[in-house]
Amino acid sequence: MEKQKKRFTIVVFTENQVGLLNRISIIFTRRGLNIESVSASASAVSDIHKMNFTLFSDRETLEKVIGQIEKCIDVLRAFLYTDDEIVYQEIALYKVPTQRLLDEKNLERIIRVHNARILEITRDYTVIEKTGHESETQALYELLKQYDIQQFMRSGRISVTKSPTEHINHYLEEASRRLNRKEEQSK
Amino acid sequence: MSKKITGSEAMCRALLAEGVDTIFGYPGGAIMSFYDSLYGYSDRLRHILCRHEQGCIHAAQGYARASGKVGVVSVTSGPAATNVVTGLSDANIDSTPLVVITGQVGVDSLGTDAFQETDVIGITLPVTKWAYQIQDPEEIPWAVARAFYIASTGRPGPVVLDFTKDAQLGLLDWDYERIDYIRSYDPDPEPNPADLSTAAALINRAERPLILAGHGVMISGAEEALISLAEKADIPVAATLLGLSTIPSDHPLNKGMLGMHGNIAPNFKTNEADVIVAVGMRFDDRVTGRKDAYAPNAKIIHIDIDRSEFGKNLKAHTSIHSDARRALEALLPMVNKASHKEWLDSFAHAEQVEATEVMERELHPTDTEGNALRMGQVVRKISEATGNEAILVTDVGQNQMMAARYFKFTRSKSMLTSGGLGTMGFCLPAAIGAKIGAPSREVVAFMGDGGFQMTLQELGTIMDLGLAVKIVILNNNFLGNVRQWQELFFGGRFSATPLRNPDFVMIARAYGIEAENVADASQLDGAVERMTSSKGAYLLNVNIETTDKVFPMVAPGSAVDEIMLDPKRRYSPAE
Repeated sequence: MEKQKKRFTIVVFTENQVGLLNRISIIFTRRGLNIESVSASASAVSDIHKMNFTLFSDRETLEKVIGQIEKCIDVLRAFLYTDDEIVYQEIALYKVPTQRLLDEKNLERIIRVHNARILEITRDYTVIEKTGHESETQALYELLKQYDIQQFMRSGRISVTKSPTEHINHYLEEASRRLNRKEEQSK
Repeated sequence: MSKKITGSEAMCRALLAEGVDTIFGYPGGAIMSFYDSLYGYSDRLRHILCRHEQGCIHAAQGYARASGKVGVVSVTSGPAATNVVTGLSDANIDSTPLVVITGQVGVDSLGTDAFQETDVIGITLPVTKWAYQIQDPEEIPWAVARAFYIASTGRPGPVVLDFTKDAQLGLLDWDYERIDYIRSYDPDPEPNPADLSTAAALINRAERPLILAGHGVMISGAEEALISLAEKADIPVAATLLGLSTIPSDHPLNKGMLGMHGNIAPNFKTNEADVIVAVGMRFDDRVTGRKDAYAPNAKIIHIDIDRSEFGKNLKAHTSIHSDARRALEALLPMVNKASHKEWLDSFAHAEQVEATEVMERELHPTDTEGNALRMGQVVRKISEATGNEAILVTDVGQNQMMAARYFKFTRSKSMLTSGGLGTMGFCLPAAIGAKIGAPSREVVAFMGDGGFQMTLQELGTIMDLGLAVKIVILNNNFLGNVRQWQELFFGGRFSATPLRNPDFVMIARAYGIEAENVADASQLDGAVERMTSSKGAYLLNVNIETTDKVFPMVAPGSAVDEIMLDPKRRYSPAE
């Protein structure tokens, strides 16, 4: 078992029930694990939600955590991924004083090189958006720092797997077989 | 169209639909509507009024574990809800099925610091199997059905239903359907055939196999299957604290209790075993001692219904994910008839040493200070006086370990104790619940003078109901287990452990409970005779030698084969 710490992504598929995010985050807190980012949204399966957590820890610990997450009622499955097993992305917004940007001769180059885009321009401020990995949104942050960034925010990681198998579908098939067996038994 | 009923009424009907006939509770502001409805159901739903909400929940735990049914609790919001948190945590770690209904303020007042409002769901999420706030009366049938299904199936556990005033007072059309399926939850997984084959092959090749029987054996009703398997393959059985009474004490394959204060033989032999079959247990640190020195020669087969237990504390060679009963019944025909006479005989040395060097001084003391008694002799005497057929309920500490060590069992589900959480004050209310859950059985409650005083208000419940609970205070005027550690590991600095106690006999009598002091050994037989022949509750306040200590002991940080016989000597197989 690898004991060395690195960044992992935990993907949790859940029913749409109140309080689940709380119940799951308690499992991390109990072990003193710091959640680096979190995001949640609908999944490709109707009525099933998908949560993404990124954490810095070791595989052995997180495998135990996965077991405890899956134990929660209304959690369907939880998966543990390293960065190379998923395609992932984050989005960042930067609010910068417009006046400072107007003085910048290289603005076009910055936007172009970083593949960023401008969402809004007013007399007072400009909002720039960039999607990418954390290192990429951070690189733009470092560059824009010279223009006195007024506000900045980066979203949690969102991800999809590179695996050819959709494990959640297998789980759902199993669960519906279980339901069929129940129904047959009760007949 | 059917006539609408209130949510409170629906809750009563839902409880009846789930087969509930007993509720342990305490009323208050935010649950009054429910109590008003309950009044109309008092012929079918018996309400046991305990004297503190912690008492209610421990009583419900005792009831659940003695009867095998779900324990039901109803309390009000705020402080009442926080008072049940210890019991929830206890039930969660000891896999006890409970449904706890907490009153809650109106929906509009949630989150406003209204009177007796507290975030019950937020507080109880980490210590429950499921917790749900009912805001709308229409949700009641679904929530109650789900609560009972979740609490009682799979690895059982506590569920909280936070019952808002809106849901109690609002109206709904009554329609109830029990639940037996939740998509995200499979409480009865089938053992994987490949895992069973691997396990059977390991057992069939084993020369020194050992079965560890945990609480899961009793929860799943696997006692018979376990004994059959052990007998067929001639495998010695050791029990965890919560696994006690799985197999009768005098069964030739029963090799006693595991753990810090367990018997020498099963602990020591754990490290000689070549195959360990761990059934419905979770390798708690009190059982394993130092983990890196635990069972170094064994291939471990871990059977559990809770998949998250696999590898949580210990890596097993093979795990079987299912109910203990299903797994053992499936294994039985796959396991060869065998004889392990030499291996079984090798337990005798440790058993002999324990009998002469440890147990003799507890059971037949000749040299106690001030003629006081030792805990072991009291426990054994009372066990025998009940024909070893009573339900043993213990508190936590020395009394617990001594009771576990010296009480004898002939029937399953006869040991109720707070194992995982170690909750002092558990015993007295749990004994009340046990007596209500198993009224035909004798219930004997052993506790220390410390633990008794944590929940002694429940003597009022015993008085009220006229319950024939037999209460034994093993009184050494000390917080004995902490005292033992202070003596052994903290240089005899008895920090905050001496207790100046009241007259417990007078306290019992104030509650109309017969009671007597047992000052020395000459008074024991008569007192026990009077207690066991009494038709009602009875309390014995037994004078225990202050320095009486629980041995043998696998000291903290030691391996299970490093066993203290007393403060100075270690067990050695070459002795």
